[in-house]
Amino acid sequence: MTTLVIAEHDHGAIKSATLNTVAAARLLGGPVHVLVAGFNARGAADAAAAVEGVEKVLLADAAHLGDFLAENVSAQVLAVAAGYSHLLFAATANGKNVAPRVAAKLDVAQISEIISVESADTFARPIYAGNAIATVRSTDAVKVITVRTTAFDAAAVGGNAVVEVVAPAAASDKVSFVSREVSKNERPELTSARTVVSGGRGLGSAENFKILDPLAEKLGAALGASRAAVDAGYAPNDWQVGQTGKIVAPQLYIAVGISGAIQHLAGMKDAKVIVAINKDAEAPIFGMADYALANDLFKAVPELTAALRQKNSS
Amino acid sequence: MKIITAVKRVVDYNVSVRVKSDQSGVDIANVKMSMNPFDEIAVEEATRLREKGQATEVIAVSCGVLQSQETLRTALAIGADRAVLVQTDAELQPLAVAKLLKAVVDKEQPQLVILGKQAIDDDANQTGQMLAALLDWPQATFASKVEIADGVATVTREVDGGAETVRLVLPAIVTTDLRLNEPRYVTLPNIMKAKKKPLEVLTPEALGVDPAPRLQTVRVVEPAARKAGVKVADVAALVDKLKNEAKVI
Repeated sequence: MTTLVIAEHDHGAIKSATLNTVAAARLLGGPVHVLVAGFNARGAADAAAAVEGVEKVLLADAAHLGDFLAENVSAQVLAVAAGYSHLLFAATANGKNVAPRVAAKLDVAQISEIISVESADTFARPIYAGNAIATVRSTDAVKVITVRTTAFDAAAVGGNAVVEVVAPAAASDKVSFVSREVSKNERPELTSARTVVSGGRGLGSAENFKILDPLAEKLGAALGASRAAVDAGYAPNDWQVGQTGKIVAPQLYIAVGISGAIQHLAGMKDAKVIVAINKDAEAPIFGMADYALANDLFKAVPELTAALRQKNSS
Repeated sequence: MKIITAVKRVVDYNVSVRVKSDQSGVDIANVKMSMNPFDEIAVEEATRLREKGQATEVIAVSCGVLQSQETLRTALAIGADRAVLVQTDAELQPLAVAKLLKAVVDKEQPQLVILGKQAIDDDANQTGQMLAALLDWPQATFASKVEIADGVATVTREVDGGAETVRLVLPAIVTTDLRLNEPRYVTLPNIMKAKKKPLEVLTPEALGVDPAPRLQTVRVVEPAARKAGVKVADVAALVDKLKNEAKVI
């Protein structure tokens, strides 16, 4: 019984989601291998080899793997899949794109977004936007799994695995990569940030949303948004926290002007400490916040920013 | 060019579901059911492509219980031309649905299949990608923009950290993200018209597909509840709590 983790990386290095996925893989009990499929990805492979608990790294390096197209990455996974009992992907945009293709080709079910490992064939996963937790047992020979990264503590660095170069699988001629538009964001990455400051419809406009910048700056926090704020154009799409956006579990989550729709709560309820600032004392978010401040955000946010400045300088 | 759009009947997004006391699942007796919101976006997108003259026919397909006919009627009211129900009372998991849809695709030969990126009941996010793999078609998941020209779909996808654009040689699979479009409100005249549109009923047996589930549900429980905390009077009190009690700043 050996597990293959499909690495999330940027060719030069692995992303933190890979560390969480390796951590989940180690709970299965067997040896853990990592596949790095990329282009000029030696750096990522070496980084994966240094993760604690990783026994072997497979490196598939080819130009057509450079843009992580699902057709090409899934073909690469299938090319090396023989002999593995578990194929684990991070439940990121890439992992979700590729994993079901692999599962369908192997004629097995996929288990999406697991949050715990009960045994080598039994896993818990949220359904209905996290309003219920289902424990499921797979009867298939191979388990194809995506891992909710926030549910598993990152594996430590401190391994020394061998890197084995594998032959690249054939490229698909039916798909090609055109372009990527990376959103400009100088703040930490949302899903791995220690602190997240999120704004909702209460902010009122894209202009007003900027009131959160100094606070996030002060806290070294990532910026997030509710679906309502994103739909209204106050914040970019990829800032959306919630069932249909990003799932976050920071140490501190500050929800500003967010009422707390179920779909938003599904994305942040695993934060360690939740602060809600909302002038509506009846807002549902107060039902789950550790600290609720019923106050006008346009007064409270600058005050909070100023107070943090004082605290740090004193 | 024909387009197939797949729709699923799910618990309405406004309903807060309750877990059954025997832990066998969530209670869906007597709760409002609706079309999966992402599938509504899929039907809308297919309809717009037909209205622009880029498609000749839009076929809505659903797999599931008899009452899924209501969901298909909604798709017909949005603008689909005809509907196919693969009717079964069996529990359907994404792999089985993908196989059923493949059988319908083999029969109908569309150039494009548009599906919601995930259903809001099982939150699996699998069916579109699985269908693409079974058909050996290219895919563009989480689409926020779709353009069709000269046998090629150019699709902008929402990914971590921004967006990316890919070109797919048709036939292809597209799954919808939230901001692809805003589905229209269905009007009474269109609801009346939808009642007269053709709706064909098939079965998994007739399509030669074994829909048996591969995952057994051991139990379904409520998530660990998060208890409400304290109200703080002002910013100073909040900073004090964060610093001295929670110790997170």
